Amino acid sequence: MTTTLSFIEKDSLIHKMTGTTKLLFFLLWSIAAMVTYDTRVLLFLFVTGCVLFKVSKIGWSDIKVAVWFMAVLIAINMIGIYVFAPEQGVEIYGTRTVLVHIAGRYSITVEQLFYMFNFMMKYFAVIPVALLFILATNPSEFASSLSKIGVSYKVGYAVSIALRYIPDIQRDYHEISQAQQARGIDMSKKDSLMTRLKNSAAILFPLVLSSIERIETISNAMELRGFGKKSKRTWIIEKPFMKRDVFGILTAFLILAISITMLVVDGGRYWNPFI
Amino acid sequence: MERKNQLSIKSIVAIGIGAALFFVLGRFVAIPSPVPNTTINIQYAILAVFAVIYGPFVGCLAGFIGHTLVDLSWGSPWWSWIIASAVFGLIIGFSKRMIDKREGKIGKREILLFNVFQVVGHAIAWGLVAPTLDILIYNEPLSKLYAQGAFAGISNAISTGIVGTLILVGYANTRTNARNLQKED
Repeated sequence: MTTTLSFIEKDSLIHKMTGTTKLLFFLLWSIAAMVTYDTRVLLFLFVTGCVLFKVSKIGWSDIKVAVWFMAVLIAINMIGIYVFAPEQGVEIYGTRTVLVHIAGRYSITVEQLFYMFNFMMKYFAVIPVALLFILATNPSEFASSLSKIGVSYKVGYAVSIALRYIPDIQRDYHEISQAQQARGIDMSKKDSLMTRLKNSAAILFPLVLSSIERIETISNAMELRGFGKKSKRTWIIEKPFMKRDVFGILTAFLILAISITMLVVDGGRYWNPFI
Repeated sequence: MERKNQLSIKSIVAIGIGAALFFVLGRFVAIPSPVPNTTINIQYAILAVFAVIYGPFVGCLAGFIGHTLVDLSWGSPWWSWIIASAVFGLIIGFSKRMIDKREGKIGKREILLFNVFQVVGHAIAWGLVAPTLDILIYNEPLSKLYAQGAFAGISNAISTGIVGTLILVGYANTRTNARNLQKED
């Protein structure tokens, strides 16, 4: 079991910003990276993201495992792309410069390498900012941030409930599965797949029942306290909006604007250095 | 009551708890599958059961929030697959009206309905939504996406079909002796 990424308290400019700023920044940034396939924009996003990460004072050791994990995932994806479509880059960029011919339809072309590099950069452009958002945002602030950017506070509350009850449900799951294992119900490789699936139902069923009971209890408590009567509500953790937040949000919009402008400049999503 | 078209409190809580369950199962529980390095996603079975009990809206949001949290805990969200999870929760949720669990009468018809909905849901989510979004966002090769989608869709449909059905039947059986318990819509 690897460690889960979670909030790390640090004294930095990014930590001082409101959760709303960070959420908005992260969302706009992801959209910017999703829209474009321009290598220059992606590199710019990646470098800027790394600088921001430096500013946040979060160390490499905190993200090492996560970064390696994602690198492996991206590598598997890239291998998949090559196996299934070795000529995807040629199709996109319109030229074909063969470096080495391997066998059959597989040869290494500059275009394919460039396409796969861009594909990788699309992930790398988002990763620093996504990690920042996860590591530098206090989860208690998350619900108020959601409601600030226009999401109904009830949905924000659902997110809060999810974050609040993850440890409880994890503990429940652990207890139930150990109790069932003591009765001889196994989910490991020793049993056949069918048995494993059936056994997992034996563990999940009590978990579902206890969760439904939990839902009753929580919703009764919320009902008693008059949840949802007003159209607005207050939050325990709510930071005031400062100049740095305005600056952060404007930067995010600027970056999205750059990404969209480049679509027009390039006459499409791709920057084609081959023509 | 004026609170007719709004979200009921129970739905909000169900979204939260459903997302938390999705997260715990999706993040920490791995059932080894015969294909090396791949595990069976058991969280869709629970998502399906929740969607059948609480409806499409809960299924959709629980899938969306749960999957987002899973991805964020790894480091970076894969929006195309997150949206596919939400779509699956939504589709299976539409079977709520047709499957009445309260009376504890889950027969062959209900099991069949549940499985038709879940197979269709998985087919649309992994065969249509996820690949289409992956093309729009990443322009990945079609053949790779469909191979990926087919594997995810089929393995999810099998695990949902077996585990989800077992849980649903079990849940309905607990309701038989408790007719006085009422479920708010």
